[in-house]
Amino acid sequence: MPNEAVARASPGGQRRFSTKRADPERSQRRIGLAFASLYAVFLVVFGILPAGYAIYLAFTKKGAFVGLANFAKVFKDYRFLPALEHVGLYLFVWLLSLVILVVLLALLIHAIGARWLSASVRLLYYIPGALAGASSVMLWLFVLDPTVSPVSFLLRALGLTSFVDAMQVGRLPIVLAVIAFWTGAGGWILVMYGALNNISRDLIEAARVDGAGPIRTAWSIQIPLLRKWIAYMVILSFAGGTQLFVEPRVLSQASRGVVSQDYSMNQLAFLYAFKQADFNGSAAISLILLIVALILSIFFVFRGGLFERA
Amino acid sequence: MSAREVRERRSLSPGEWLGRAFAVLVLVVFALFFVVPLVWLLIAPSKSDRQLLLDPPFALGSFGTLADNWQSLVTFQSGLIWTWIGNSAFYCLTALAITLLTSIPAGYALALTEFPGRRALLAITLVVMLVPGTALVLPIFLELSAVHLIGNPLSAILPFSFFPFGVYLTYIYFSTAISRDLLDAARIDGAGELQVFTRVAMPLATPVIALVGFFNFTGNWNNYFLPYVTLPGRKSPIQVGLAELLSNVPAFNPTNAGSTTISLSALALATLMAVAPVLIVFLFSQRFLVTGLTAGGVKE
Repeated sequence: MPNEAVARASPGGQRRFSTKRADPERSQRRIGLAFASLYAVFLVVFGILPAGYAIYLAFTKKGAFVGLANFAKVFKDYRFLPALEHVGLYLFVWLLSLVILVVLLALLIHAIGARWLSASVRLLYYIPGALAGASSVMLWLFVLDPTVSPVSFLLRALGLTSFVDAMQVGRLPIVLAVIAFWTGAGGWILVMYGALNNISRDLIEAARVDGAGPIRTAWSIQIPLLRKWIAYMVILSFAGGTQLFVEPRVLSQASRGVVSQDYSMNQLAFLYAFKQADFNGSAAISLILLIVALILSIFFVFRGGLFERA
Repeated sequence: MSAREVRERRSLSPGEWLGRAFAVLVLVVFALFFVVPLVWLLIAPSKSDRQLLLDPPFALGSFGTLADNWQSLVTFQSGLIWTWIGNSAFYCLTALAITLLTSIPAGYALALTEFPGRRALLAITLVVMLVPGTALVLPIFLELSAVHLIGNPLSAILPFSFFPFGVYLTYIYFSTAISRDLLDAARIDGAGELQVFTRVAMPLATPVIALVGFFNFTGNWNNYFLPYVTLPGRKSPIQVGLAELLSNVPAFNPTNAGSTTISLSALALATLMAVAPVLIVFLFSQRFLVTGLTAGGVKE
């Protein structure tokens, strides 16, 4: 690029230029501030302020400071521990399947020789990502209802004869994990695939020459090099999973209450705000969830090494 | 097939054959897992509820039935579904415009200029970006209700327009794709700071604008939790409306059987309509999604 060459070759030119202008660094600073300011306003109003307001609400009642009373009340709520347990079970099932299957599938797709085939498989796996939120749950209502399901033979083989059967509390962590996997796994497979592509071919070739088969190569070279990305996926998914809301809410609506309205923590926070008009209790639960997410995020940004460039 | 390939195939040991067969089997099973529900969704609206229950799941219905389902859906509460879809389009497109106007310049400023507070802004952006959006929904609701904005379209549009991930993407893009030297060269040629941005940086930024726009639009279109709490009733976007429809399906809620009802196939049609815009965006973006740009550019 000629301009670049000019800039590098003539520092004298730059000096001449800077004497002509009053202070080029100042004008750069001004434009930087101006450009960042509008976004910074959004960051304050929809990132920092709500968090601050939630802190304020969580520690007060009718404007008076009450210490940890709101938290104590929430912990004592008979619905709190079950909700915590539900979310924990769901996270366990989901994260486990995510790590094992996403890595396995990415490795298998990466091993496909034909370029068009590999691209098609990736696209195929990724398309369900278009359906997130309520629409994916809606679709899975049909898939999980043995009377209309396209895979009713499978459901019956698993011993499920009715929709309500499939919605029993013991099965929900699996049901929710399947839905989340269906919409989200494709995107992570793309990420892992990209990371696998960045591993130097020489390294893989060297392993092959040394007599390593595909399994050995995957286990000793590829997976260790994916570790950073796997950690990234687990942390983001964990933070996202604690927020569980739309899936159990829609399932609750569809299953005539078989799935309870207070299945997850966020649902409980929602009920506090909307059914009990207790904004303080709602803020306390939201704050707990927010702090979990913040800790994970801060840990990752400053210790994970993924953002070294920053 | 060339002679060499044949030889290579022959040279596979039984163990390797087994390994390959396993790989193919796993890939096919998961392809079915991801695709079968979607195929079913494309077919279901062409059937009546009776056909849904009795016919084989992948038997096609008829155009006549599709038209019937369409009719019953669009006449439901005098075209409520169009109101919902219109709301979604209005909220998401306005938010998209604001997002691009705020996040592209901000990413540029973070990557290629120096100003006081730059590092702090960058660090906070990274942290907030990794916090799931839903974690802030109830706090944002509490804040908006304190300033009496609940029920106002702004209560969806403004939070939708706060998109730290987009700022991060733009920051990464500008700091890797454009060198400061290039900008300095333009400055030597006499360009002012604003011109450096509009004439040098912007023309090179098309890929990242597309990427930010894609993630912002699809994410907001599918957002359920935030508009569910801030925009009830007729102001809801389609995702919230869809769940609303569910309570009018007698198969799921027999207690409602008396009121105006929606059939299962009409609900499937509504689901399809709700996802159609995003599905179309996905299919048109498949080239840049699948080439691994998402991996290299987005999450690195």
